[in-house]
Amino acid sequence: MSQEFVAIGHIDDIPVRGARCVRTAHGKIAVFRTATDEVFAIDDHCPHKGGPLSDGIVHGNAVTCPLHNWVFSLESGEAQGADEGRVRTFAIRNVDGALSISLASLTEAAE
Amino acid sequence: MAQKLVIIGNGMAPGRMLEELFDRAPGLYEVTIFNAEPRVNYDRIMLSPVLSGEKTYEDIVIHNDEWYAYHGVTLHKGAKVSHIDRATKTVTAENGISATYDKLVIATGSHPIIIPVPGHGLPEVLPYRDLDDVSKMLEITRGKGHAVVIGGGLLGLEAAYGLKQRGMTVTVLHLMPTIMERQLDPAAAYLLEKALADRGIEIITQANTKRILGTEHVEAVELEDGRVIAADMVVMAVGIRPSSALAKEAGIAVNRGIVVDDGMQTSDASVFALGECAEHRGICYGLVAPLYESARVLAERLSGGAAEYHGSQVNTKLKVTGVNLFSAGDFAEGPDREEVVLRDATRGVYKRVILKDNRVIGAVLYGETTDGAWYFDMLKRGTDVSELRHTLIYGQAYQGGAVADPKAAVAALPDDAEICGCNGVCKGKIVSTIKDRGLTTLDEVRAHTKASASCGTCTGLVEQLMSLTLGDAYNPKAVTPVCGCTDLGHDEVRRLIRAKELKSIPAVMQELEWKTSCGCAKCRPALNYYLVSDWPGEYEDDYQSRFINERVHANIQKDGTYSVVPRMWGGVTSAAELRAIADVVDKFNIPTVKCTGGQRIDMLGVKKEDLPAVWADLGKAGFVSGQAYAKGLRTVKTCVGSDWCRFGTQDSTGLGIRLEKFMWGSWTPAKLKLAVSGCPRNCAEATCKDIGVICVDSGFEIHFAGAAGLDIKGTEVLGMVKTEDEAVEYIAALTQMYREQGRYLERIYKWAKRVGLDEIREQIMNDADKRHAYYERFVESQKYAQVDPWSERVSGKDKHEFNPMAVLDSQQAAE
Ligand code: SRM
Ligand SMILES: Cc1cc2nc3c(=O)[nH]c(=O)nc-3n(C[C@H](O)[C@H](O)[C@H](O)COP(=O)(O)OP(=O)(O)OC[C@H]3O[C@@H](n4cnc5c(N)ncnc54)[C@H](O)[C@@H]3O)c2cc1C
Ligand code: SF4
Ligand code: FES
Repeated sequence: MSQEFVAIGHIDDIPVRGARCVRTAHGKIAVFRTATDEVFAIDDHCPHKGGPLSDGIVHGNAVTCPLHNWVFSLESGEAQGADEGRVRTFAIRNVDGALSISLASLTEAAE
Repeated sequence: MAQKLVIIGNGMAPGRMLEELFDRAPGLYEVTIFNAEPRVNYDRIMLSPVLSGEKTYEDIVIHNDEWYAYHGVTLHKGAKVSHIDRATKTVTAENGISATYDKLVIATGSHPIIIPVPGHGLPEVLPYRDLDDVSKMLEITRGKGHAVVIGGGLLGLEAAYGLKQRGMTVTVLHLMPTIMERQLDPAAAYLLEKALADRGIEIITQANTKRILGTEHVEAVELEDGRVIAADMVVMAVGIRPSSALAKEAGIAVNRGIVVDDGMQTSDASVFALGECAEHRGICYGLVAPLYESARVLAERLSGGAAEYHGSQVNTKLKVTGVNLFSAGDFAEGPDREEVVLRDATRGVYKRVILKDNRVIGAVLYGETTDGAWYFDMLKRGTDVSELRHTLIYGQAYQGGAVADPKAAVAALPDDAEICGCNGVCKGKIVSTIKDRGLTTLDEVRAHTKASASCGTCTGLVEQLMSLTLGDAYNPKAVTPVCGCTDLGHDEVRRLIRAKELKSIPAVMQELEWKTSCGCAKCRPALNYYLVSDWPGEYEDDYQSRFINERVHANIQKDGTYSVVPRMWGGVTSAAELRAIADVVDKFNIPTVKCTGGQRIDMLGVKKEDLPAVWADLGKAGFVSGQAYAKGLRTVKTCVGSDWCRFGTQDSTGLGIRLEKFMWGSWTPAKLKLAVSGCPRNCAEATCKDIGVICVDSGFEIHFAGAAGLDIKGTEVLGMVKTEDEAVEYIAALTQMYREQGRYLERIYKWAKRVGLDEIREQIMNDADKRHAYYERFVESQKYAQVDPWSERVSGKDKHEFNPMAVLDSQQAAE
């Protein structure tokens, strides 16, 4: 399947060290902006008990889940430390602040 | 009957002498002290860290008021003795107080020399000797302006560093070609000068001050060579002179200092001299180590012993953070001397040991000073070093083929090797005290042996001894770090935030050398709280460093929905409020409505997107956020009290509402829950709250430090007050004290256990000044805190929190 990118908004819509979510027909995606203005997109659903990761605290290239403090890498989607689990990651593009994501993995999984 | 011992001067030397005396002969004397300074005995050598902001005055107090009370010592503070009458054995102070003595100890210390150049009387020309000098410097500083320090010796450089840390630009003027020439050779002086220059301190050597310019205030300093340096303050640190005039006027033999024999006795058999004012075998000492040695001798003498003082060798360390420097003995060059030198330019290390007849007579170490104690030990003993000659300069760890392990070096020290120079404590004493008393922390070792308790430069050695003695039982990092991003503990971080005036999270992380780029979910909320609490009105709350609940002002639930708890002041509500709640519940289809354990109503299961609209409706009915999510004031539970109850003694409901209205919005280290009960039947359960009030006929009994969550614990009584106004003031003051000292997430009962219930009672119940100050700071901070977060968000703040940034329909997603 092709890597088609869908516009989701501007980087300034997201607070630095913060996140917003994007609602899709297949669930929510959390879009993060780090202290260094890198952007990442992952599933907004913690594999532990479904915590909304976009509500977590963002630090470095990681986020801490608001429900029970699991920490996930925004790059790989892997749980850090002793916890095991991962969330899906989505390709994201930043062209002069205009953000778009590829939903390939989302739709693939949904199929 | 106890003999009368009078002491003039309350500095470090007599302080130590009294400790030794009370150890040896408690009750032998009735002691009276006159002190020109209006305070207790403090660690003068730590003034520099106070100046630089690394410590506070409270940190450096040696004996507090309780100590004097406990030992029955009468301390006249702010009483400068102006006359000694030896015939009647009476001393009299300027303020008229007098005392008679059987034995008199003169311990007046030294006074700083002020060069009488024109302009030296201007108000910003200051010496550097006591706390008042430091306070004046800090008053003038206020984080800006230019300071000129005259004198590039130990004190001058410490002053320069401190002022620089406080945000001034600093120039040091030094008469000689190199700085600290009495302790350093030119090579080490050069390295030091460079290190200070790197810290932004300008040093001008061979600078002869001609005059200080300015009419009412200091404006500049003019040098003999015509140069003019702008200045807002001039610190003179050019030397000290023993304060011996008082003794001289009384006809006691005085040379440079007050002449004493090996028993510290002056020419008058009932008068002794101790400390910097004394001259022993022609020498006046200016460092504490020798003074402490002679203090021990005097204590021995006063308790009937026959000890003798034979003079001391001294060594010097500079207390400038990050500069390691050690110097001892005689390091001048000479035909009969050999020297061994090691330089390592990349590490900035310079070591020079001077030998005469195969014995160490001096050492200068820069950059790496761990072997200072070892060289100094050999110097004092006159150890023959011919055997070690070729490895001597590499230090102790290299002797006997041992590996370069600092612990091995310490292990190799003989039992009588001195570890703490200031206090003359040797290795054997430390090791045996650790073992005998089962000590496990550095603070305990300090308390029991005095080692590392003064200037602190031997702390590393003491810690190595502890780990040698205790093995794994000793955890040098007894302070638990805030989190993995730093080695510093909460208290350290809080202290440094204030001392260094750090006002943003990036500033804290930069200055305190955080190990991660932007912290973690543990430290960021803690730092955010400390900054909110320490800089009210100045610090801009960093929402991204708050837990989601405090960011969206509702409590997240297991399914990602939120609960909404409005304030119901004191647990009292009305038909109108209940109706508004009912309407909101209907309108937004809120699945659960429940009475909380905190006497109010919780609406559970609200969708995040609906929150602003829910709040808007609640706001119209007058509701504000109940902050059921906050590390801050939560609820104030009340009972019906004198309004209705047949047992009620006071208006407990009214007081509870008043407290909640006064205190809502304040952030605290952990959540804070209050309750007010109208009589000791205690229907509001006030005796298990963070702060509780039990009303009685005669007033209000204030309780605190209860717990009824993870731990269960009844409260402690803080004290009784008569009026409601007082109750409010005392409770706010207590809260502020907790706000300033509590570690993030530390409930009030844990904080109270850590700092001591008596300490808290003392400050809040007995010290009216402290209480007022806390209260005022609380009031000030409330000015910025009492903003209803719900109405703010209803009017659009943080909109991004409540809506998705994009909604992609199935069409787009499926493409
Ligand atoms: C709603 C409520 C239960 C109820 O239905 O009655 C409640 C609900 C929660 N409590 Fe509580 N506590 C509630 C009263 C209490 C009380 C009783 C009281 O306040 O008189 C206690 C014991 C007293 C105390 O504070 O210690 C209490 C001790 C705790 C603790 C243990 C705290 C501790 O240090 O020991 C936690 C866990 C924590 O804070 O880390 C906690 C944590 C929670 C959390 C915030 C759990 C969480 O992190 O999500 C719950 C949030 C639910 C929500 O969204 O509202 N709750 N909780 C009560 C709200 C009171 C209010 O009006 O604000
Ligand atoms: C900034 C600074 C840094 C220092 N750093 C170090 C260091 O790192 N290492 C080190 O070993 N030493 C250091 N020293 C020196 C050390 O502080 C002194 O050697 C020591 O304090 C001397 O103790 P003392 O009891 O003799 O006198 P002081 O501590 O000076 O006490 C004398 C007291 O007597 C009072 N007094 C004087 N006259 C009268 C009177 N007529 N009536 C009543 N009271 C009177 C004074 O107000 C004063 O409080 C430093 C000193 C300063 C100022
Ligand atoms: S006791 Fe408190 S924290 Fe535990 S389930 Fe009940 S509301 Fe939640
Ligand atoms: S749901 Fe994320 S850690 Fe439990």
